[in-house]
Amino acid sequence: MTELHRKTVRQLLTDLDNKVFSSVELTRHYLDRIERLDPSLNSYITVLGASALAQAAAMDEARRKGNQPLLAGIPIAHKDIICTQGTKTTAGSRMLDNFIAPYSATLAERLDAAGVVTLGKTNMDEFAMGSSNENSYYGAVHNPWHTDHVPGGSSGGAAASMAAGLCAAATGTDTGGSIRQPAAFCGITGLKPTYGRVSRWGVIAYASSLDQAGPMARTAEDAALLLQAMAGFDARDATSIDQPVPDYMAQINRPVKGLKIGLCQEYFDPGLDPDIKAAVLDAAKTLESRGAIIKDISLPNSQHGIPAYYIIAPAECSANLSRYDGVRFGYRCADPQSIEDLYKRSRSEGLGREVKSRIMVGAFALSSGYYEAYYRKAQQIRRLISQDFANAFTQVDYILGPTTPSPAFKLGEKAGDQVAMYLQDIYTIAVNLAGLPAISVPAGFTKGLPIGMQLIGRHLDEGGLLNVAHQYQLVTDWHNRSPNFGNQQDS
Amino acid sequence: MQDWEVVIGLEIHTQLKTQSKIFSGASTAFGAAPNTQACAIDLGFPGVLPMVNEAVYAKAVAFGLGIGADINLVSVFDRKNYFYPDLPKGYQITQLASPIVVGGSVDIILRDGSSKTIRVTRAHLEEDAGKSMHEDYHGQTGVDLNRAGTPLLEIVSEPELSSAEEAVAYARYIHQLVTYLGVSDGDMSQGSLRCDANVSVRRPGAAALGTRTETKNVNSFRFLERAINFEIERQISVLESGGRIRQETRLYDPDKDETRPMRSKETATDYRYFPEPDLLPIHITAAYIDTIRQQMPELPGAKAQRFIDQYDLSAADALALASSVALADYFETVARVGNDAKLAANWVRVELLGLMNRESLSPSTATLTATPLTAEALGTLIARIKDGTISGKIAKGVFVALWTGAATDTDSYIADQGLTQVSDSSALGAILDTIIANNPQQAEQFRAGKTKLMGFFVGQVMQQTGGKANPQQVSELVNAKLMG
Repeated sequence: MTELHRKTVRQLLTDLDNKVFSSVELTRHYLDRIERLDPSLNSYITVLGASALAQAAAMDEARRKGNQPLLAGIPIAHKDIICTQGTKTTAGSRMLDNFIAPYSATLAERLDAAGVVTLGKTNMDEFAMGSSNENSYYGAVHNPWHTDHVPGGSSGGAAASMAAGLCAAATGTDTGGSIRQPAAFCGITGLKPTYGRVSRWGVIAYASSLDQAGPMARTAEDAALLLQAMAGFDARDATSIDQPVPDYMAQINRPVKGLKIGLCQEYFDPGLDPDIKAAVLDAAKTLESRGAIIKDISLPNSQHGIPAYYIIAPAECSANLSRYDGVRFGYRCADPQSIEDLYKRSRSEGLGREVKSRIMVGAFALSSGYYEAYYRKAQQIRRLISQDFANAFTQVDYILGPTTPSPAFKLGEKAGDQVAMYLQDIYTIAVNLAGLPAISVPAGFTKGLPIGMQLIGRHLDEGGLLNVAHQYQLVTDWHNRSPNFGNQQDS
Repeated sequence: MQDWEVVIGLEIHTQLKTQSKIFSGASTAFGAAPNTQACAIDLGFPGVLPMVNEAVYAKAVAFGLGIGADINLVSVFDRKNYFYPDLPKGYQITQLASPIVVGGSVDIILRDGSSKTIRVTRAHLEEDAGKSMHEDYHGQTGVDLNRAGTPLLEIVSEPELSSAEEAVAYARYIHQLVTYLGVSDGDMSQGSLRCDANVSVRRPGAAALGTRTETKNVNSFRFLERAINFEIERQISVLESGGRIRQETRLYDPDKDETRPMRSKETATDYRYFPEPDLLPIHITAAYIDTIRQQMPELPGAKAQRFIDQYDLSAADALALASSVALADYFETVARVGNDAKLAANWVRVELLGLMNRESLSPSTATLTATPLTAEALGTLIARIKDGTISGKIAKGVFVALWTGAATDTDSYIADQGLTQVSDSSALGAILDTIIANNPQQAEQFRAGKTKLMGFFVGQVMQQTGGKANPQQVSELVNAKLMG
């Protein structure tokens, strides 16, 4: 029998409905595991034991009365960039170490309404800036597959806690790959929805035109269940898409036969780990054997994605993070001598190195005399990249490729090399620039570490992506593998 | 002064009359306790997002139509970045590259009766900052964010104003227009209209403009005139003594009647503008513009012309009465109830405005409804003069009584105070008989043809009746008794 913390959300819902165990029992199981195992993983910043048990009890009660909502009693964790009313929401920063959110993000409200139990808030790179989770004020997170390795970032805590069985599902945010890359590193399924599909209200901003929250789960089916609750128009977010949310669970059971899947030639470059390349090509064969049509396609401007991203995202963050000035909330330096002193020291002491680096890059790119050469050019590249995808999607329905160029690297390995770190997002970043949906799905292993493959879809085709991923998972078992982490301590 | 040409451009910030802020649902009401009308969005909390209060579009479009401008069918919000404690997000949401209103012009009328067309460059939507208070906090600064996020329309003129007088005439016209259109309440004491004046001087015929200074946040027409004149004289004096003008931002100090440079740290040099990613571009349809156009009220110029045509008023009366919607509406009600437009124009313009001017009141809706001297009451008063119930002289007393509140209703006050004209011939005849008897010498002279004495007899009767006699009737009686 599958251990409790290895069950999918789908299985847990069935067991809860069949009274195999209660949500309170399930929640206690997770809280016990977090208490025992997380000290060696550091995936949580805040654990919400008392309120989680209260939510679980309420959902057990609702289930007794037969009026349980979609995800009643399922223990999840929120990335600590998602505001949850009345609890600390830090964005992984010293700046917000004392910040108690006075409101909840729309996506958190919607998941609450769907009956989830919130176990806590997961660790992350500060303000979602990073690909290794080493940029957290709360310390690095370890990869449960190999604790000397990083879990990826910025949603590293979410991915690690999922893989270690410290929550049943999690939320993440993805600005340049921050859901998909840690999902790939930790062997889970992570979906970045279409920009605007999930409301950004209450999600602390990094780069407003790129940020998008999404589900991180064991399976595509679980991701579909979570997205069902999270997605939808929100009048509090002007960039939210006013389109009905389809029934994702109904969409994932279609056969892949006849679907055209493109292999982007530019993604199979010399920088790609050969094992990952082999795994992705193998996945293409698997889909082909189920009737999908595999085609080669080209995204000629994809090489420009990283430079364009590292202008646009820092430019937006340089403004988004100006509000952290020590005046109204958050960290304030001791004994400020003047307003300039207050600003300088509060920001110097309250923000981490990578964050300050991006703020400076962004401020420079926007400054008088450089705007045309940097920001405007980056926006032009962004349009070219979108056009590349639009062209590709006239030939194919989905684009398949690797999620990352390498498996999880060692803690500290790239700490001194900003560019090497930025290249982690080489396959994921263009998707954010184009605002498209994409999913990372477990597709193999190399040297004991998970491999993720990425599927990219058309605007608002989350249902189609989840469908292909689910059909793939029906005939593979990479997503069912779990690390040995914690097994020695398990009873 | 003859050796210098003055070039002035004005940036006018007018506060839009909306119930809630431009990007949040917080109230815009003036005068609340500090920081009680600032929600998480206004405070720039982590994770909040702006949502545009769409009421501001209609106001901006109405203004644009009012000056004959183009309305951009697509306009864009931008972020203007700078650090200041009363700017919670560290950036102001404004419009730089694609403002909602482009072009247009206004005609101003100067004291000598001449007129001049001033072109408007653009008008754009933006949010106001909060208020920093440097006094009373013992070296610290107090911040009140109630005003943060208040919707503003910034109206930028071309540098085509040549004197303080022209600048003030232009600012007054803009003030009149935004008030007329209901775009703003125009209450300058509450900061609803603030001017930044860009001033430079040059030798006549010089091709290039001189170096300009910007005097910020002038909130009265009087101060605007003084600030500009001070700045013109200062610049000329600097240049004539061989100095150079520094391009800088200055503040006008009304107490000292001077402008002086702002501390340099209050002026950022590079605002690093870029398009606001949290908001989509504003799309306005031609149909929407048509709807606003159909709802446009009569504008000041058209109204004045109608007053001339419809009521046969003089141009001066018509312009004065059309200067505000509240006053124009008041006048038209007085004319309708009193059934005499010329008398109504006279009473409103001379008596009412004279009285308000003496009390330093402006003819706003508030002041025009604050006393029992309503348009209906004044109209009734005029009707009572016309139907002979009271004399014009008595009417002035009733007018003041209504203004001060001693009277609450025209007719009941006339009745209660016994102010009705004595028109009973026998009663007046008896009074006149006594006067003739007591003044035989004057009676004799009148009979002998010294008709100038008519005034004496009428005056005596008016005096004895407390002004309630009809002078016309009295003079007829005098003629009948002494000449008949």
